[in-house]
Amino acid sequence: MFRLHLIPPGTRISFVKWRYFAFALSILMTIGTVALYFTSGLNYGVDFLGGTLFEVETTQAADIAKIRSTLGDLGFDDVTIQEFGSPNNVLIRVGGDAEATDTENVVPKVREALTKNIDPNIQFRRAEFVGPQVSGDLKRQGFMAVGFAIVAVVIYIWFRFEWQFSIGALAALLHDVILTIGFFEVTGLEFDLSVIAAILTIVGYSLNDTVVIFDRIRENLRRYKRMEMHDLIDLSLNETLSRTVVTAMTVLLALIALVTLGGPVIRGFSAAMIWGVVIGTYSSIYIASPIVLHLDLRRSQTAQTEEAPEKGAKEVSAKKA
Amino acid sequence: MLYFSKWKVALILGICLLGVIFAAPNMVSPQTLKKIPFLPTKQINLGLDLQGGAHLLLQVDMVSVVKDRLDQEVDSVRGALRDAQVLYTALNRQGNSITVRIREPGDMAKAMTALKGIEGGSAITVLGSSSGQDFQIVEGTDNSITLTLTDAAIETRKRSVVEQSIEIVRRRIDEMGTKEPTIQRQGDDRILVEVPGLGDPQTLKEILGTTAKLTFHLVDSTVSPADIANGRVPPSAEILPADPNTHTPNTEQQYAVQRTPLLTGDMLVDAKPTYQQGAPVVSFRLNSAGARRFGEVTEQNVGRPFAIVLDDKVISAPVIREPILGGSGVISGGFTVPEATNLAILLRAGALPAKLNIVQESTVGPGLGADSIRAGTNASIVGMILVVVYMVLAYGGFGMAANAALLVNLVLILAALTILGATLTLPGIAGITLTVGMAVDANVLIYERIREEVRNGKTPLSALEAGFSRAYGTIIDANVTTLIAALLMFQFGSGPIKGFAVTLSIGVVTSMFTAVTLTRLILATWIRRRRPKILTI
Repeated sequence: MFRLHLIPPGTRISFVKWRYFAFALSILMTIGTVALYFTSGLNYGVDFLGGTLFEVETTQAADIAKIRSTLGDLGFDDVTIQEFGSPNNVLIRVGGDAEATDTENVVPKVREALTKNIDPNIQFRRAEFVGPQVSGDLKRQGFMAVGFAIVAVVIYIWFRFEWQFSIGALAALLHDVILTIGFFEVTGLEFDLSVIAAILTIVGYSLNDTVVIFDRIRENLRRYKRMEMHDLIDLSLNETLSRTVVTAMTVLLALIALVTLGGPVIRGFSAAMIWGVVIGTYSSIYIASPIVLHLDLRRSQTAQTEEAPEKGAKEVSAKKA
Repeated sequence: MLYFSKWKVALILGICLLGVIFAAPNMVSPQTLKKIPFLPTKQINLGLDLQGGAHLLLQVDMVSVVKDRLDQEVDSVRGALRDAQVLYTALNRQGNSITVRIREPGDMAKAMTALKGIEGGSAITVLGSSSGQDFQIVEGTDNSITLTLTDAAIETRKRSVVEQSIEIVRRRIDEMGTKEPTIQRQGDDRILVEVPGLGDPQTLKEILGTTAKLTFHLVDSTVSPADIANGRVPPSAEILPADPNTHTPNTEQQYAVQRTPLLTGDMLVDAKPTYQQGAPVVSFRLNSAGARRFGEVTEQNVGRPFAIVLDDKVISAPVIREPILGGSGVISGGFTVPEATNLAILLRAGALPAKLNIVQESTVGPGLGADSIRAGTNASIVGMILVVVYMVLAYGGFGMAANAALLVNLVLILAALTILGATLTLPGIAGITLTVGMAVDANVLIYERIREEVRNGKTPLSALEAGFSRAYGTIIDANVTTLIAALLMFQFGSGPIKGFAVTLSIGVVTSMFTAVTLTRLILATWIRRRRPKILTI
């Protein structure tokens, strides 16, 4: 019977051998992200920047230049206009700072001006205004949520495994969060509140992946008492590789459906998730596990708390004999 | 692991059945639902981003509340010192405190008694503060006395102002005849208002952005227009500008009115928009105390003008032609019909204790909402099909078992959202789609484990047994971590993110049930009926 084996049984890839290469690559990308943060920076959405956002639909293809000049006549200079999904749909962003004193009136002013000068049948599909007090709060809450999530899951790992594992997980998670921010710097996609949700989900997903591998490392530590740590981690990674790939595939399939069919409103979120699944899988294999290798995890620590090797291990060795 | 007692099987199937029953109402329109007798009628709440509507976040302007309180205290200090016949040289407000310098050092004791008298006096009960001391009174060295508004007093005041504001906001929105609004407190000093189906919240914003403090004052006719222009008025009077809306040709006009109002808006019992000589006006009715007062005042002041003042702007200043004894009257002021309607709403609902500023606003038109539902549903269905096909390709019959569990999982998520009354948002739909991808992870873990066990030469039954029991711990660990992330999202996120966190958490919990328990039941039943010699997985 046909079975799709993305990873053939008995695959033995020596992941650990490539760890320095992976570390170097990740460090380079992290430095790049930080450098970009201070140069081009993030393209923050209205949630974090404050200001007003409109999604309008015109009966004919929208004349972006005319919209810009109409809004310029109103005294709004900090205006971003882009096509959104189709030529008839336009996203208009009016900056928050310049008009901070009179933000409450931006929405009706823009509505009136566009209806009069651009298209009498213009549809306002969405209008969002975020005041400076709120945008500051949202930004703070967003960063707090990500920070607390990382702390909470690392503590959980620390309780369930040895401390070395929690350091590995922490490194992998910081890596994922930073590189996801890097993804938004490079693509210039809008960084808004929904991206925070994406980052938190990526944290959950990446950790999920890491935990499955850690679980296998711990199990193999009990089973193969004499194996070199180096080989043992490689073995654990290979044994779980099929699962890692299959799960990544199913999640990616769902995300591809979201990014292509889910509509423009959540496209940024879905794109971030796709990147996150790839980077999360990479970090579980190349960052989290090799770090455990370097942190001098001694078997005695795990062995002490456990009784004799499990039945399964005995059976395997009996068969081999 | 593979043995299920009869009642356990019944329980599992019962949960699935309940899921179907509670999820089913979401498949039909509310109209059809009413005709089906035995189904529950509860449907999932759609978020504003899906059904369209307006969302406003209002912030109580505490700065002006504190300022008003201090202004009032300055008045009280002035009055108390005058009554006690204490002379003072300076009376200043700085930050949250008031400093007064007494002229004669011998008067200090008398002044302190008089100022402490204000504390226990009526000023406090009027302001609605519960604990006695709003101000801390300290004697300074150079004959000065400082009254400082305490933080506790500000805090108490803030709480009561926010509560009152919520009440007034609710009354105003009810008066507008809005259906199904959500009004709730958010954080310390914010009020969230959500109105489904409202396409343009402009009127709502105008209604909520007006304090609507209505007062009637006698116009001080001793003050000449020249005095007004120079700002020279007696201490008992103040200069108020005309409301530019109602004084259209002459918007610059100013009035000198007596500081103490004759009547205040809280004496109104009703207000209605109506017509007088073809022009829209607002008619009002006073309560008995107000009616008596109005009667007396109008009787004594026939022929003099009085000013109708809304939020410190004069709407109109008619001349009293005859005593008004019935306790009802009209406010005219060149209104348009909607203006008169809105003013009547505002007067009926009462004044806000403080100004509300709009700090966040979001409006989604019904078109975008419908598009989002369609796009979200399509994405979920296609995503699901892709995952289902992939699972069959990867695991054959076992994949089918996982797919059955996946379908039940989707039904259970819908049922849980319906029962909990959770709100489904567009990111929430994304959460469901993502759950579809992640839910099969538990099955993948189990199946990969079974594959390993089969490769190690186990019999089908023990391979299945070992696969489930070994993968179990891993599944718990992996799901707990996702759950932690989701809970933090719920805690710190707002609006749409909360919706995403809710569906993600529900999805994690239900997928644990379906992927572990339900698949196990399916596979256990299958293996006991067929008793296969080898497992092809």
